[in-house]
Amino acid sequence: MVRFENVGLRYGLGPEVLRDLTFRIEPHSFQFLTGPSGAGKTSLLRLLFLSIKPTRGLITQFGHDVATLSKDARATLRRRIGIVFQDFRLLDHMTTYENVALPFRVMGRHEDSYRDEVVELLNWVGLGERMWALPPVLSGGEKQRAAIARAVIARPQLLLADEPTGNVDPSLAQRLLRLFIELNKSGTSVVIATHDIALMDQYDAHRLVLHEGRLHIYD
Amino acid sequence: MTDAPDLTASMRMPSRLPPRNDTPMVPKNSISGRALVAVVAIMTFLASLTTGAVMLVRATASEWQSDVAREVTIQVRPAPGRDLDAATAKAVQIAGAFPGITGVRAYTKEESARLLEPWLGTGLTLDELPVPRLIVIKFGENAPDLGLLRKILSEQVPGASLDDHRGWIDRMRTMAATVVAAGVGILLLMFAATMLSVTFATRGAMAANRTVIEVLHFVGAKDSFISGHFQRHFLMLGLKGGAIGGGSAMALFAIAGLFSDWFAGSAGVDQVSALFGSFSIGPAGYIAVASQIVLIAAVTAWTSRQTVNRTLQTIG
Repeated sequence: MVRFENVGLRYGLGPEVLRDLTFRIEPHSFQFLTGPSGAGKTSLLRLLFLSIKPTRGLITQFGHDVATLSKDARATLRRRIGIVFQDFRLLDHMTTYENVALPFRVMGRHEDSYRDEVVELLNWVGLGERMWALPPVLSGGEKQRAAIARAVIARPQLLLADEPTGNVDPSLAQRLLRLFIELNKSGTSVVIATHDIALMDQYDAHRLVLHEGRLHIYD
Repeated sequence: MTDAPDLTASMRMPSRLPPRNDTPMVPKNSISGRALVAVVAIMTFLASLTTGAVMLVRATASEWQSDVAREVTIQVRPAPGRDLDAATAKAVQIAGAFPGITGVRAYTKEESARLLEPWLGTGLTLDELPVPRLIVIKFGENAPDLGLLRKILSEQVPGASLDDHRGWIDRMRTMAATVVAAGVGILLLMFAATMLSVTFATRGAMAANRTVIEVLHFVGAKDSFISGHFQRHFLMLGLKGGAIGGGSAMALFAIAGLFSDWFAGSAGVDQVSALFGSFSIGPAGYIAVASQIVLIAAVTAWTSRQTVNRTLQTIG
């Protein structure tokens, strides 16, 4: 599904922040991405999310060489990827329901075709009674679940999560992990970037460890 | 002691209404959006006032010029043994019969004396002074052949000469051109200031929307979809501000025009009318102000689109 071959990345004329990355993300796989701060986790997530292009090497996603894709084609491909940010990035002027339904809205789908689906997912993540609430009145855990719901509503083939448990207590972190595991079982490949060793110890998955820009894989 | 009411309780209750997805992508009623409307309104108002003022000055200057250009004066100079009254009557007769002339009026001795009062005082007897007699000739938009009239007068009326006010007209033309050029210069500066203010205010308002751009980008929206939403939103903000500012300027000109009509005849208003005309900017003025509103709104929309594109370039 995702293939990196000798990928390197530098910003401007600075040093390479990622060096010679070669790995694959297989369909239905689950992996943690970890490493010390500044090791390049966020940069790798941005490459996976087609937000930036590599300085060298080859990245193939869903059978496409990303270097040859137009902006619009990358936007279309991005719809097959869900992303969860550490700081949630919910739109404060929209209700929880509208935030979660946003991917469908940008696809141009009519609301009647997805309303039930969104309501069902909100109920599944425990936000059924909060769908009319605006993000500023949601708790941290509720915001995180809304952000996850938005990332998975369009049934992405790949889910990327950047420190999804960074702002929540350990019990909620455990619940969120269970949520990711359920999503993985339903067919979504999952990459969770985290520093949380306790979280990684709770689930047996591949570990992609970044250190000084290089990737080490532990199965 | 009672517990404080839970203000969010109603939000926790499931509503019977189905959820709706009708909130606009770009937040309405944001503080930065309102500030942008205010800036656009103020700048459009000032730009519209400047445009209207320049148009008024231009119209008035050309009115002065055409008024003076539609009038010539015959001067009959006295000389020993010359019957000034007969010469004046003869000149009036020739001018009255000349094709293209719509009005001939000879100043009487008393009127000529009144013209000299500011310099020579009252109670003047013109018989004692060699004062020339004046005949004012008016004509329409198409000037008669003044060269021919001058020739006939010089041949048939001794001491008569025709003054076509060319010196005055040339001076008037230069003055009007200078005033209009200065006005256009001020208008251009005002317009540049308006465009810069609107551009920077739009960028300021857009800065508050960076998260919206990022989130739409991350959920797979195409760049054209994002920039289209922002462009429409900011076009509406621009039109709203422009309509407030330009509409106020139009109302001000309309009220000034009405006032000058209502109070026509009073000394003050007549003086002002003599200087500035009717205070009406006319259909062309209103069209110019309306065009400004549309142009300023278009600049607002274009700036927002550019800012979205720049933001999207920095995201990825």
